[in-house]
Amino acid sequence: MSSEDLIWRIAGGSGDGIDSTSRNFAKALMRSGLHVFTHRHYPSRIRGGHTYVEVRASDEPVHSRGDGYNFLLALGDSFARNEQPGAVYGNEEIKPLVENLDELREGGIIVYDSGLIDIEDIPDFDERVEENNWHVFPMDLRSLAREHGREVMRNTAGVGATAELVGIELGAFEELMEESFPDEILQPNLKVLHEAAAIVRDEFETDHELAVPESTHEEEQALVSGSDCVAFGALDEGCRFIAGYPMTPWTEVFTIMSGYLPQVGGISEQVEDEIAAAALAIGASHAGVKAMSGSSGGGFALMSEPLGLAEMTETPVVLIEAMRAGPSTGMPTKPEQGDLEHVLYTSQGDSSRVVFAPGTAAEAYEQTRKAFQIAYEYQLPTIVIIDQKLSGENINVPASFFDREPNPDLGNVPTEAELEDLPHDDVGKVKRFQYEVENGVNARPIPGQKGGRFLTTGNEHTEFGHISEDPQNRVIQMERRLEKLNIIRDELDEADDSHQSYYGPDDADYGIITWGSMQGAAVEAVDQLVAEGHDVKALNVSDLMPYPVAEVSEFLESVEQALIVEMNASAQFRGLTQKELGTYGEKLSSLLKFDGNPFEPGDIVEGFEVEIINDGTGPTQANTRIEPAVGD
Amino acid sequence: MSAFSAIGETGEIDANQFTPEQEPQPTWCPGCGDFAVLKSLKQAMPEVGRSPDEVLLVTGIGCSGKLNSYFESYGFHTLHGRSLPVARAAKLANPGIEVIAAGGDGDGYGIGGNHFMHTARENHDMVYIVFNNEVFGLTKGQSSPTSPKGHKSKTQPSGVAKDPIRPLSMALASGASYIARTAAVNPNQAKEILVEAIEHDGFAHIDFLTQCPTWNKDARQYVPYTDIQDSDDYDLDLTDRRAAADMMAETEAALYEGTVLTGRYYVDDDRPSYGQEKQNIGEMPETPLAERYFDDDYEWERSYDFIESYT
Ligand SMILES: Cc1ncc(C[n+]2csc(CCOP(=O)(O)OP(=O)(O)O)c2C)c(N)n1
Ligand code: SF4
Ligand SMILES: [Mg+2]
Repeated sequence: MSSEDLIWRIAGGSGDGIDSTSRNFAKALMRSGLHVFTHRHYPSRIRGGHTYVEVRASDEPVHSRGDGYNFLLALGDSFARNEQPGAVYGNEEIKPLVENLDELREGGIIVYDSGLIDIEDIPDFDERVEENNWHVFPMDLRSLAREHGREVMRNTAGVGATAELVGIELGAFEELMEESFPDEILQPNLKVLHEAAAIVRDEFETDHELAVPESTHEEEQALVSGSDCVAFGALDEGCRFIAGYPMTPWTEVFTIMSGYLPQVGGISEQVEDEIAAAALAIGASHAGVKAMSGSSGGGFALMSEPLGLAEMTETPVVLIEAMRAGPSTGMPTKPEQGDLEHVLYTSQGDSSRVVFAPGTAAEAYEQTRKAFQIAYEYQLPTIVIIDQKLSGENINVPASFFDREPNPDLGNVPTEAELEDLPHDDVGKVKRFQYEVENGVNARPIPGQKGGRFLTTGNEHTEFGHISEDPQNRVIQMERRLEKLNIIRDELDEADDSHQSYYGPDDADYGIITWGSMQGAAVEAVDQLVAEGHDVKALNVSDLMPYPVAEVSEFLESVEQALIVEMNASAQFRGLTQKELGTYGEKLSSLLKFDGNPFEPGDIVEGFEVEIINDGTGPTQANTRIEPAVGD
Repeated sequence: MSAFSAIGETGEIDANQFTPEQEPQPTWCPGCGDFAVLKSLKQAMPEVGRSPDEVLLVTGIGCSGKLNSYFESYGFHTLHGRSLPVARAAKLANPGIEVIAAGGDGDGYGIGGNHFMHTARENHDMVYIVFNNEVFGLTKGQSSPTSPKGHKSKTQPSGVAKDPIRPLSMALASGASYIARTAAVNPNQAKEILVEAIEHDGFAHIDFLTQCPTWNKDARQYVPYTDIQDSDDYDLDLTDRRAAADMMAETEAALYEGTVLTGRYYVDDDRPSYGQEKQNIGEMPETPLAERYFDDDYEWERSYDFIESYT
């Protein structure tokens, strides 16, 4: 194994500029040659809640946040206001320090702003420091920032101190500041940065072991989040229309797209509600523009009827579902994988939709592109499921990864010349929904094309799009629409790159199965388990509908037992798997977590040991739950 | 060169071109006011010079929503209450097409009321025809948002306890820039109003009184009616918002007292359409977006063009 990763946590009030500071910190380390991964924790309050971002830096690729962390920069909450005793949120100022201590590893470093945080207020602080061998550096970051610039530059002071303590060259930060700050802010920031480093050098004695690892990248890297990658994928597929209504965490994709679309001559619309948002995307697509919409749980529920309309009218559209903890308003800023069944089945009638759940930022790019390709090629809605975790995590990806050909293709849309060869009625209406066509996909003219007019409706309809309740017509049209899913499954199975990802020794006896954003934690868990001598591998499933029956069956055939790990309370993916495969019930047990925090690798390691190695005996320490196999 | 050559094509247009060949079994009852909407709409088309291939007729669900079964053009029969969001996006995607949305009073003022308010607010360049029969026709006669207070139906056995909605006032307050009421019994006025509404560059709302002889048997057939533009009793300045508000309030109340007032109520030709507003702030391309997908020479932008800010 390589040297210990640096896992740096910057904690403060949610108005303290934590996001931008951590982003620059991660970028600086990425540029210096390291692999980075960020994890963000925040409450759904704008001010007064405490927040943190973790930046993990390693000399090897990182897939997940780590177990715990080893460097705390506690800024103190500069927005803490309520001084009444017994106030609901208590003493906010010290929270960025107090609330983060539990997960700080032994031998870890603490830098805190002594200008805001009074250590006397923290119960048993000295004892805990001693017990855990923590290295503590009280620094009056506030005064330092005020002296050379403004109070918000406490961030920069903290970064300067961190750099000095773990051996990061200040040049990396200087460069980033020069790129993003105007001169009047740049100069004081540079001063604060250097001054903080000098204070550490001159005023403290250090004997900690933690140091930033060293590494180099062979090519230029980009620091991107799952949301960035969804947006990039959409742009590269020629998506030029988005309609939405803000809802955490979907707002991120919506915001990113709204930033780029005007720059590329596209259109972004914030509308009255999510019913409208989905309906607008359908309207734009119908009129010849590649379009998307999306939301999170509750907003996606409102899209239910338009989603069915897209299925029935065979109108291509891509929807994003950025899950968060439910039911109802749930926990708006907390990740969960509780919307699987909602996404698969919502809307009346039998569904004909395609659903992907990418596991990483890179997969979010690839699968969003695929979602557009399939939607337009097969004329149906496709849905990309992400969650608060994937959408907010930043990771380094080679910049060249995005150097691809755009694909604005609308699928089977005829030109006016081609339209002449389509069957029309005597007056000139196109037979838009013919029974017998290749792959069940008919030509789709666009309004305004000469000779292309057609009728479409959310009612069951004839080949000419007229409303019909004729039993024979009904069965034929229904089967044609549903058959597309089998054809899509075949296409996905035959593709060179499966959307499913595998990790660990092929011949392992035990399996860990995840779906969507839990991929990274499972990968790290497998590394740990294998290092401990266990015989285990992992499968992450992204294709949820149509379900990858062949791939999952093959994986399950190859193992004795498998643990399905998912962030919800009712084992929805296990249920789907058993429904789709109809067997293997006795091989599958579940590890569930639904407390608002994603699985850390250690949670999975522990669950695996309890369930697979100890036959389900023994409780789990983490806030997880084990559901034994049905055949047990 | 446009990929949509139907748009702007010149040539004789005949109302009969808008009659479909394979007309399905008629689902409208004899004497239904909906026939008059169909007829006046067909007759308006030659006057505005639009051919079937450049019109997109987007409808909701209801008896009224069947309009595009009988009207030959591009047709999208959507969901109950959702014609407007589908329609206005189509217009943004391709401002060259003539977008007409239509549906019932339940569809537009009830379940789709939020979209009505917001589409009017945005002032999209399109026509919205609301078939106002003061009842839920298709679902067999339940009271609708425009049913008079006291209207009895199987789901309101003691009569509706609410006052009806005020559709014209709602349109005005929300921002519609052309507002009129017409009636099925007055097809000539209806046609003229439709022509004006189509030619108007903004959101044109037409509250179209359509009698439903099946479920509103004792209700009036909207005769006699008064055209406020033809009557000596009224002298409305169509650009005067306050006067319009007063006239609308009078008209809405009068209907339930047996006096049918119709005509134009408000016309604001100065307010830019939403598409123009979006273009003014650089958030909508000058060339219709839909054209781009047919332009083989277009250099599509890529995410890679923006990658530098992530490195
Ligand atoms: C979401 C939804 N709710 C209810 C219905 C049932 N429904 C169909 S049409 C209609 C009302 C029709 O009244 P109106 O909109 O006034 O149209 P009309 O038939 O009078 O022309 C209702 C309630 C539906 N199709 N969808
Ligand atoms: S029920 Fe009423 S609105 Fe519907 S078609 Fe018959 S008469 Fe017309
Ligand atoms: Mg009605």
